[in-house]
Amino acid sequence: MKQFKILFLFLFIGIGRTFSQDNSLSTNNSLAQHESHEVQNPAAPGHEAANQEPSHSGSSPAAHESHKFDPKETAFHHISDLNVYSIGPWNFPLPCILYAPSKGWSVFSSGRFQIDDNHHGTGQKIVDGYVLNKGRINRIKANEFPAGEVALDEIITKKETVSGKEKEQDYAMAQGREWLLDKPSTADGGLFGGGITSFYDFSITKNVLSMLLVFALLAWVFLSMAGNYKKAPGTAPKGAQLLMEPLILFIQDEVAKPFLGPKWERFLPLLLAIFFFVLGLNLFGQIPFFGGSNVTGNLSFTLVIALISFIIVNVNGNKHYWEHVFWMPGIPAWVKIILTPVEVLGVLIKPVTLTLRLFANITAGHMAILIFICLIFVFGNSGANTGAGIGASIGSGLLTVFMMSIELLVAFIQAFVFTLLTASYIGAATEEHHADANHH
Amino acid sequence: MGGSIAAIGMGLAAIGAGIGVGTIGGKALEAIARQPEALGDIRANMILTAALVEGAALIAILFSYLVA
Repeated sequence: MKQFKILFLFLFIGIGRTFSQDNSLSTNNSLAQHESHEVQNPAAPGHEAANQEPSHSGSSPAAHESHKFDPKETAFHHISDLNVYSIGPWNFPLPCILYAPSKGWSVFSSGRFQIDDNHHGTGQKIVDGYVLNKGRINRIKANEFPAGEVALDEIITKKETVSGKEKEQDYAMAQGREWLLDKPSTADGGLFGGGITSFYDFSITKNVLSMLLVFALLAWVFLSMAGNYKKAPGTAPKGAQLLMEPLILFIQDEVAKPFLGPKWERFLPLLLAIFFFVLGLNLFGQIPFFGGSNVTGNLSFTLVIALISFIIVNVNGNKHYWEHVFWMPGIPAWVKIILTPVEVLGVLIKPVTLTLRLFANITAGHMAILIFICLIFVFGNSGANTGAGIGASIGSGLLTVFMMSIELLVAFIQAFVFTLLTASYIGAATEEHHADANHH
Repeated sequence: MGGSIAAIGMGLAAIGAGIGVGTIGGKALEAIARQPEALGDIRANMILTAALVEGAALIAILFSYLVA
């Protein structure tokens, strides 16, 4: 019961904070914002007619269409990591820790952006040049933008050709002109369209918060369980033990012992940690109407745990393992020359597939559920066709329930597969005798 | 244009993985029906092989995503 109390406490603190913000915000504010936007649009061509005319004529229809329902954008928005935790209509502010090499550190709460409920996680204020763009912090690239809070009129998206590639660029409208926005830097160096930009985001985001919550929950469950075993050894398990003991034994007997051989006891804590953390996060992301955090469907997270398993595998790899990688015994020399690059590649591909498998499975599941929900609005034509919307919501509701039950299965299977593959890689790297044919 | 070719590539990868995982699952069920006492071993190896097949498909899908 205790964990529910903590969750409810968290909920109520958030609700209380949002309501106190709502008073200061009020609907007048968003109305005023709309009016100012309407006034500004006709004024804009007069202001910088020569400069803005060509790009504006192209982007104007696109800007208008942003009010139309876009299933792809909606789905991607809901699976991405955000700087605000939204549960239903409530936005819970999260701490923002940002670093721009040209300006230094900025630390503040994302509540300072004054999130507009009508615009789904877009802030109404610019804080120190940072903008909350659909829940994610962006930075105004220009260094001359004034520090402190500045009102944000709106964010417009334009299709532009940047270094040969067509790309969607976001601009913030503030102080009567457009400012190019920079997205957070990504560690992959631009492999997935990101790259190193003018600032780094170290914030406690939605994913980080979910991770901390699951970590706290698991730590509490396991520590209390360990206490039980110490207090009353040899008695029948009770409470959480009844659920966790079979799972732990399952990992021990089905994964650790068959794959690791005599050294299973050394690696069991690692396997259990990976299994329960991934399973906990998979299931946490499945809770409906709870922010839909998608931690295990985030490449950075899966990459980090895959790297941990990669490091453990290769640090523990014995002589035979490296011999098999670099100079496979028992085959002619010319085959060895072909085989060595393949084996080296295999060592590097293992963590990549671990990363992608978990990421793709969880993301695909979330995506399927989101698309089913989006179908309601596609059929209902964004509120224009109520009958079709009601019909589609019945069908989509059933499909979503079906998908979510499949996802519960996938959550377990993927946590198990990750653990099992880690165990098999460690087992292959630490195997002593290599007489059997089970080598790869 | 690049996007539609990438989409075909993703579909082909899915077909390949589907055939692979289907064969693995079918054979595993046959094996379990023949030797129910070996359920544990067969299941673990089935999931391991299915995961390896899936890995190839995932790499294909990732590359087609990058090309698109």
